[in-house]
Amino acid sequence: MSAVVAEHDDHHDHHEHGPAKGLLRWVITTNHKDIGTLYLLFALAMFFVGGTMAMIIRAELFEPGMQFVNPQFFNSMTTMHALVMVFGAVMPAFVGLANWMIPMMIGAPDMALPRMNNMSFWLLVAGVLLLASTLFMEGGAPASGWTLYPPLVLQTGKALPFAIFSVHLLGISSIMGAINIIATIFNMRAPGMTLMKMPMFVWTWLITAFLLIAIMPVFAGAVTMLLTDKFFNTSFFDAAGGGDPVLYQHIFWFFGHPEVYVMILPTFGVASTIIPVFARKPLFGYSSMVYATASIAFLSFIVWAHHMFTVGMPIAGELYFMYATMLIAIPTGVKVFNWTATMWKGSMTFETPMLFSIAFVVLFTMGGFTGLMMSVAPVDFQYHDTYFIVAHFHYTLVPASVFILMAAGYFWLPKWTGHMYDERIGRLHFWLSVVSVNILFFPQHFLGLAGMPRRIPDYAVQFADWNMISSIGGFIFGASQLLFLYIVIDTIKGGTGEKVTDEVWEDAAKHSLEWTLPSPPPYHSFTTPPTVIPTEHI
Amino acid sequence: MNEGVTQKNTKLVRILVFVVLGMFGFGYALVPLYDVLCEVTGLNGKVESSAIKEVSYEVDKNREITVEFMTALNEATPMVFHSEIKKLKVHPGEYYTVNFYAENKTDKVMVARAIPSISPGAAAEFFKKTECFCFSEQTFRAREGRTMPVRFVVNPELPEQYKTITLAYTFFDNTETSVK
Repeated sequence: MSAVVAEHDDHHDHHEHGPAKGLLRWVITTNHKDIGTLYLLFALAMFFVGGTMAMIIRAELFEPGMQFVNPQFFNSMTTMHALVMVFGAVMPAFVGLANWMIPMMIGAPDMALPRMNNMSFWLLVAGVLLLASTLFMEGGAPASGWTLYPPLVLQTGKALPFAIFSVHLLGISSIMGAINIIATIFNMRAPGMTLMKMPMFVWTWLITAFLLIAIMPVFAGAVTMLLTDKFFNTSFFDAAGGGDPVLYQHIFWFFGHPEVYVMILPTFGVASTIIPVFARKPLFGYSSMVYATASIAFLSFIVWAHHMFTVGMPIAGELYFMYATMLIAIPTGVKVFNWTATMWKGSMTFETPMLFSIAFVVLFTMGGFTGLMMSVAPVDFQYHDTYFIVAHFHYTLVPASVFILMAAGYFWLPKWTGHMYDERIGRLHFWLSVVSVNILFFPQHFLGLAGMPRRIPDYAVQFADWNMISSIGGFIFGASQLLFLYIVIDTIKGGTGEKVTDEVWEDAAKHSLEWTLPSPPPYHSFTTPPTVIPTEHI
Repeated sequence: MNEGVTQKNTKLVRILVFVVLGMFGFGYALVPLYDVLCEVTGLNGKVESSAIKEVSYEVDKNREITVEFMTALNEATPMVFHSEIKKLKVHPGEYYTVNFYAENKTDKVMVARAIPSISPGAAAEFFKKTECFCFSEQTFRAREGRTMPVRFVVNPELPEQYKTITLAYTFFDNTETSVK
């Protein structure tokens, strides 16, 4: 598979369509690489903001009794930590990767709708700032948990309408991003790049984008109902007026369950991109990966009430949602076996991106298994709203989504910057992260099974030991991430000084088009479409 | 970008925006759909919000069901509210009347609404009320206390496994919204 390099690889500063000068470049840019960079850096900043909140939570839970913060603020922290991590860190990070990589992977010159791209980024910033501003309002930030269940959330002070408008902004931003990605993938592919030749990352994002445009409007509707219940005397969720708070849970989780797959499907895509490169084999079962992703997306719409087994559903409902949920294990299992089979008898090397990807396969599978346990309705009554669920979804988000985002960072930073990161520090970062993340979250399974409820600032002394161990793991994990920050800055500034090749990784150009471009790629790439489409990943 | 691609993009965006608006509407459509589902199936302990006509059933003297009465006030609703008895053993098919007492503790007129709930939810459709203060909003004069009857029957078709039914009422202070 030969590389076809874009025709103009002259240095972009001398190019007539190079970036604007000065800081304003970043405000007005419509270039997919600039916007990708903005998204990624913003997500990294929010990762540390949300991480700081997690550190406050773990510090308070280090010992029983009230230590540092009052219960109201503690609950604001759990709520804001979740909202910031979901809407400010993980989702924007994947949108950033999509912006950078999708046009280069499908041989397009840019995203289909560059100006809308700029707008969706800045709306995200506005939304997150609005959300952050609630921390300083009378009555404090929302403290109801990220699910914003009524009637509790309606007791939020002055912050409620601001939090709701911020959800609207974040929703509009996500929807615009999703529309852009769909339009790019459908209309901008290079000749010969058929749908079934697209890299898995592009496929997973296409499906994720469809999930987003289907669910974000429903969430916007749900929070709008909260708004009118509070200020305009409607009674969607208000029992006094004939409404039902459980209705909110149904609408929320109709959004909420596909939403968690919005965070995991692109994760699968990146893992399917990285593992074949370091196993030096094509991805095992490419088409089954595509169909599994689509099946998971479809199933995500019909399982929402497994989040509400304890609301008093009739037995028929419990059984339906239980079996439907268990079905998801099948396409997910297909994926895990495919990754394993890709590595089987491969000529594997263990650079940092591969280490993070292997840890993802193992630890995500553990998170998946606890999910399977909770899908069993009768036992879920024990797990519901305990630290067991906290352990479960953190396993699927931190050593899965976040690890894969780290892997993506290490994998593509040399391509983006043209500099090599320091492999030794990368491995140190990996080993510290993978050990501490297990010290952090594994004991939470025990706490949950023993009955410790989630979202509480204080707990019975019987839970003291495991909480302390979990907090210690949390502090090590938090501190380790500063290494990643260091590596990102160091690599942008020049890294090890080693000149990276176009491919960066051995034979990477066989797998995907971005490795046929120079490192760093020119400001405008694929202004003439590539003629040879790599198919090794299939 | 050439003209053809721009045109294709515009067309696709139009379709996708339409989908987004449709899904926003769908979120709202879930509200009546949910109510319809509850009504059809009798799930969620939702009970009829209006009186049924008194029909006579064949009384099953061999079977006894315990009906428990619970009363609650929402948040800080300034009322006294309780039932005269806490529980009653009933025969399916026979009509019973139980009195509830509610009192306005404020010096102002108060409009309050009692919201009923029956558990287990699956038993709700077999619990019939011919008279209840929960069918409409109740207006209390300042400091007024009132005894209000609930007349009910348990349908003898109630499946065998149900031995206890709990009827719970929560009073909500609706003065502010009703005065307008």
